Amino acid sequence: MTIAVVVFPGTNCEHDIVHALDLAGADSELVWHTETDLAWALGVVLPGGFAHGDYVRTGAIARFSPVMAEVERLAASGIPILGICNGFQILCEAGILPGALVANRDLKFICKPVYLRVESTDSILTSAATIGQVLKIPLNSYEGQFVADDIDAIEDADEVILRYCDPDGEIREHSNPNGSTNAIAGITNAARNVAGLMPHPERASETILGSNDGMVMIESFVESVRRVRV
Amino acid sequence: MTATQQPDHIQLGMTDDEYHRVIEILGRVPLAAELAMYSVMWSEHCSYKSSRTHLGKFRSDQPWVVVGPGENAGVVDLGDGWLAALRIESHNHPSFVEPYQGAATGVGGILRDIFTMGARPVAVWDPLRFGPLEDPRNRYLFEGVVSGIAGYGNAVGVPTLGGEVEFADCFSQNPLVNVMALGLLKREQLVLSAASGVGNKAILLGNATGRDGIGGASILASASFEAGDEEKRPNVQIGDPFEEKKLIEACLELYDRGLVVAIQDLGAAGISCATSEVAGNGGLGMDVDLERVHVREHDMTPGEILMSESQERMLAIVTPHNETEVLDLAAKWEIQASVIGTVTEGPQLKVYAKGELVADVPAASLADDAPKYDRPVQRPTYLDEVWADQPIPPPDGDVTDALRQLLDDPAIGDRSWISNQYDHMLFLNTVIEPGHNASLMRIKGTSKGLAVSTDGDAHRTWLDPRRASERIVFEAALNVAVTGAAPYAVVNNLNFGSPENPEVMWQFVESVEGMASACEKLDLPVVGGNVSFYNQTDGVDIYPTPVVGMLGFCDPMPQFPPRLDRAQDGMAIWLVGDPCQGDFAGSAYDRIINQKLRGRPMEADGATARNIIALATELAPTTAVLHDISTGGFAVALTEIAIKSDLGITVDGLSTAELLDETPLRFLAITHRAHLDTGVHHQRIGTMGGSTIDFGAAGSISISEARAVWANAIPRRMH
Repeated sequence: MTIAVVVFPGTNCEHDIVHALDLAGADSELVWHTETDLAWALGVVLPGGFAHGDYVRTGAIARFSPVMAEVERLAASGIPILGICNGFQILCEAGILPGALVANRDLKFICKPVYLRVESTDSILTSAATIGQVLKIPLNSYEGQFVADDIDAIEDADEVILRYCDPDGEIREHSNPNGSTNAIAGITNAARNVAGLMPHPERASETILGSNDGMVMIESFVESVRRVRV
Repeated sequence: MTATQQPDHIQLGMTDDEYHRVIEILGRVPLAAELAMYSVMWSEHCSYKSSRTHLGKFRSDQPWVVVGPGENAGVVDLGDGWLAALRIESHNHPSFVEPYQGAATGVGGILRDIFTMGARPVAVWDPLRFGPLEDPRNRYLFEGVVSGIAGYGNAVGVPTLGGEVEFADCFSQNPLVNVMALGLLKREQLVLSAASGVGNKAILLGNATGRDGIGGASILASASFEAGDEEKRPNVQIGDPFEEKKLIEACLELYDRGLVVAIQDLGAAGISCATSEVAGNGGLGMDVDLERVHVREHDMTPGEILMSESQERMLAIVTPHNETEVLDLAAKWEIQASVIGTVTEGPQLKVYAKGELVADVPAASLADDAPKYDRPVQRPTYLDEVWADQPIPPPDGDVTDALRQLLDDPAIGDRSWISNQYDHMLFLNTVIEPGHNASLMRIKGTSKGLAVSTDGDAHRTWLDPRRASERIVFEAALNVAVTGAAPYAVVNNLNFGSPENPEVMWQFVESVEGMASACEKLDLPVVGGNVSFYNQTDGVDIYPTPVVGMLGFCDPMPQFPPRLDRAQDGMAIWLVGDPCQGDFAGSAYDRIINQKLRGRPMEADGATARNIIALATELAPTTAVLHDISTGGFAVALTEIAIKSDLGITVDGLSTAELLDETPLRFLAITHRAHLDTGVHHQRIGTMGGSTIDFGAAGSISISEARAVWANAIPRRMH
């Protein structure tokens, strides 16, 4: 079972997600963005960072990297694909996930732990969690505000998997750090094999780092990769 | 006389004597490009001509020092083949002219110093100083600098683990933007900057050379400011963190594959500095062809190409055999590369442009023959008056009004407005994040940990540069000790006014001697530093502001190091260290409540410092909270613990004066233990519990109220 971790020029969280995947007992391999054949991969992660410097717009150049056609093909074939932070932005920009990420409400970069409430367990990222579970996970982004033209369709299809909340699980105005529509922090696609989120589960992979709440997501993802039949 | 009528060397910031020295070295009048090179290399910023005489007072001969001052970064041994590289730099003037780019390129520059050594940069800290935030221009500078650090640091993929901030009027026209960086490497990856091997190639890697930053070192960094200096904006470099990220990865791969003989980053004075240093350090020469340099603009003069401070560039020395492989590797990482020179027997650095020799100078002379001044010193006249006016300790009574005012101070209140804009978690090493005494990071895959604290105290240093400089070394050491790390190495950034003012020079010498003596008392090597003079605008010098970057090391690292948020109900609060001695000179109480800066701060005793620091390191693995008592005394230290732990505090028997006193070398220990076996003076002063910060006869305040004031100190001023 091998997971491809895609590295664009400017990606910087690739070693961190590899570390978390290691902790979950999964093999992974770094893949340069010029790669065009990922037929061997049973799962793909697009990690955080600043692909191509985030120039023009987050993900705007990365979506044209050679590797993305292959990511799109694997997504269509049902392989689990996870986008974290910049990876989420790239998946949205590529149209693999709906919506877009725009600048935070307060126009400032935000790096701090936030609380997330699990809204749906029907996704590659939340299958091992329980609905209503509250997870403490670091956020680290400038363009983290989720917006979508047809937010109702996303909600109606139960594609919202994570929302920003208070430590007690309540969703309040002040618990939404970046102004995301409906406090959305993570979503899945209709086929439920692609997931993206702005916070970084790999940064909450060990108690010594302040939280290991992210491991339930990493383990969900690894489990979904294990279930892939080739 | 306007600038355009002055002789070339004066316009370039050189004195007549220095100009004649160049003529002496060359045996002729310098060509335009040569004059440009000497002017920058002999600038205060590059040559340390006013400070070198005194910097020898810092010792670095401890056995764990691998590389001392003089290279791009200091390097210390962490055992098991691991080394740490550290350095501190200032980008004060550029940040005043253009705060975002000035701060951003400060980060970029210091990272190159770290990976030039073969190390992967793993963390950055930013000690900052601004004028009061009540002034909109200061808010603009503060906001711009913080977002510049965040914008560059986050995108380049190196976490910013903290720093510190102070505010004072004297920084309104001259903010201080210092940056410290830390890198990690294995011993076999260490690379130095001395060229070897005649016939080896010099390859310029990274960004194209443009007109940005020309004369930055001589014009911005080595002269005082006057009104209207925003016109110097074209001298500020523009940063591109994406280019730097690729450059870091490419260089680290070059080292891994053993493809470079030597490497040097391009900083101040660009190509002229890098080529002369790398050749001069190796006792060799170099032929450089400027036609081969990849440039951004095509009508640049040779002088401009040589002096350009365009960012994100490195000069690698490579054997001819490896040349193609290096160029291929650069192409893979999508960075530009040009073979611009060849190492020669020397000693001349010969620079050609369009086939014409535009510079022919002894490579080593640019660095080695730089002028060195023993500037006159004079004890400042203000000191007698200031020392005679000792502050009066606060009378008994309610301390909470004073506490509210202190918590509302932007240098004491919550600084997460700053640190939440910095990615401080990348690489999964951050064990103690910004907002504690020091940041603590693990070295993944080992049992080792590194702690860093940056400390300066501009107000006290103005009152007594020697004593304050000693105290900031001790305080920084105590800050890393309370995380469980033993103080291990020091870098310092010495921010001062004009060295041509004998009173400033006196402050400088006192400060250097104080710092050197404190380091010696703790057996700490000074492995690098930076001097920033001419922090003076319209004739007003800043407070002398030496800043210490303290590296602490522990092996094993405590698995549950003390944190301010680990206090629990029923734990005892211990004061460890001397009882209060009434040290109010330069204290937050006197500055903020009384609006005075006066008196002479206490001297901190070296033997006490050793004991207290060793004790803190020893207690750390088994103690829930350890907290250095500094700005704002007990009152502030206890309140910070209450806020972070969300738990009340009951303290008894401390007077208002004792609660606000800033006697150095003391810390709070919070633990379930009923006895402390310390060997130094300690006393139980209270207990954790409830939801109120209760100072007994000195009054009480609820945690929620204290938190509201503390949390809003910066935001309420920025909105």
